[in-house]
Amino acid sequence: MDFLAIKDDFICIILYMISAVLFIMGIKKLGKADTARKGNLLSSIGMAVAVVSVLISQDVIDGGLIGYGIICCAVIAGSVVGFIWAKKVEMTGMPQLVALFNGFGGLSSMLVAISQYCALRGGSDRISTDAFTSITLGLTIVIGAVAFTGSLIAWAKLAGLKMFKKNIVIPGKNILNAIILVVAVIGIILYTASPSTGLGLAGILITTLASLVLGVTLVITIGGGDMPVIISFLNALSGLAAAFAGFPISNTVLIVSGCLVGASGVILTLIMCKAMNKTFAALLFKTAKKKAAAATGEHKEPKAMSVEDAYLILEAAKNVVIIPGYGMAVAQAQHAVKELTDVLMDNGCEVNFAIHPVAGRMPGHMNVLLAEANVPYEQLKTSDEMNPQMSNVDVAIVIGANDVVNPAAINDESSPLYGMPIVNAYEARTVFVLKRGQGTGFSGIENPLFTMDNTIMIYGDAKQTVSQLVVEYEND
Amino acid sequence: MDSKTIMLLIFVFIISAYLGVELISKVPSQLHTPLMSGTNAISGITIVGAIAACAICANNHVLGMILGGIAIFFATINVIGGYFVTDRMLAMFKKKEGKKK
Repeated sequence: MDFLAIKDDFICIILYMISAVLFIMGIKKLGKADTARKGNLLSSIGMAVAVVSVLISQDVIDGGLIGYGIICCAVIAGSVVGFIWAKKVEMTGMPQLVALFNGFGGLSSMLVAISQYCALRGGSDRISTDAFTSITLGLTIVIGAVAFTGSLIAWAKLAGLKMFKKNIVIPGKNILNAIILVVAVIGIILYTASPSTGLGLAGILITTLASLVLGVTLVITIGGGDMPVIISFLNALSGLAAAFAGFPISNTVLIVSGCLVGASGVILTLIMCKAMNKTFAALLFKTAKKKAAAATGEHKEPKAMSVEDAYLILEAAKNVVIIPGYGMAVAQAQHAVKELTDVLMDNGCEVNFAIHPVAGRMPGHMNVLLAEANVPYEQLKTSDEMNPQMSNVDVAIVIGANDVVNPAAINDESSPLYGMPIVNAYEARTVFVLKRGQGTGFSGIENPLFTMDNTIMIYGDAKQTVSQLVVEYEND
Repeated sequence: MDSKTIMLLIFVFIISAYLGVELISKVPSQLHTPLMSGTNAISGITIVGAIAACAICANNHVLGMILGGIAIFFATINVIGGYFVTDRMLAMFKKKEGKKK
């Protein structure tokens, strides 16, 4: 029997190795446009190999028929739900779906840790009672729970649930969060001190509850425009939670793949922070200061123009740059924008998109929407690529973007945006700003671009405005 | 757990973190969403832990087994949903002269 057990584990370890290699190759290919789809396929094969491997491991064989029965039911039910969800979701609902799936990953890791604790209480010798096992088990609960409730709040904010529309302010939130974290740590200490007694149970309960609350209080104060950062961060957390869930059962494939995800999430978080010129700590800990926009100098009124007049300017343009923002996603204007680029290009005009890294609500949000509308990705440029050519651009069309084109970030040291890299739309000969109304963006910061001499505001629903422009072309 | 195993696990953890940083740091910004959603699906690897935990509890702790089963359910949604959504997204990224209306 002993020999058999070793042999089974031997096969498992080899399969885990294959799976880890597939994940690594998959992620590598996922990072290049041409091979990304293949990369995703490779990593899904890696996942399948890992699942098969655990199904033939000694742990699961010892679990007997009941174990297999429950596992099969849960896997089938989860597959059906996940598959239908992934097929049915609209592309515009992508940010909230990614947030929700991420939350499920965190929830699962948290439950795994609690279930491991149950195994210990039930007398299994698979979970040992040493400090290392206990601490990693506790950390899995903390990270998983924060990823879970944090993602739920992010989902609610992204889905635009009414009660989360306003920015919620918790007075003294740093102190509150610190206290909750300390409580969670005390729970881990209690558990580590005595895993298999009532004290340990109390510890597990305290840690779980405190961490669930912490996820809420941490994310609920963060505004919509900061969402790309927080989603990347939650993604990192759910990966780390999976990695830590691997420690108590010494499962290497969990540690490797969870850690890969954690690292990628951290890097994305840092890229997003850099694009906003904020430190991650500032985003998480500082309360957004609502500075009343100081009335500097004379207050100019923005110039507005009708679609018909705007068309006359656009028709003469030879080089057009489109700068999309969250407003384009809200108006679902991506297909209309694609039609506009088509008629512009038929007119012999060069059209590019300048996409700021944090435009929208998740990293790369605008790219996904425009790809859905069949805009070829060669036309999608980053702000770094477009900015040097901006002075040669005849018309820059800003669609539902605000802070990412705010020149105050460059020339107004008193602005909260100062230092943030932007798309230099103001350097174009003419700037069209498609905007719903005269209000400021989510950050409530005045945008001097709107009152500049070369800027023309076109008020109204972005989708309608763009469609009207296309109609003007067709009538011509 | 003996200290040899512990050190080995920590070793694996550190190396993987470093490898992850190396793999991701040069990804173009247009792929950020698929990358995030794809790695999100990988974080569903916790399904392996869930299956193991559920089976370990099967003989000795009913609540633990049920929690493990729920964990498997949610992890599977994360995995299957994540991979299909990522694939749908990537299928849309096309080069020039794709299908024209």
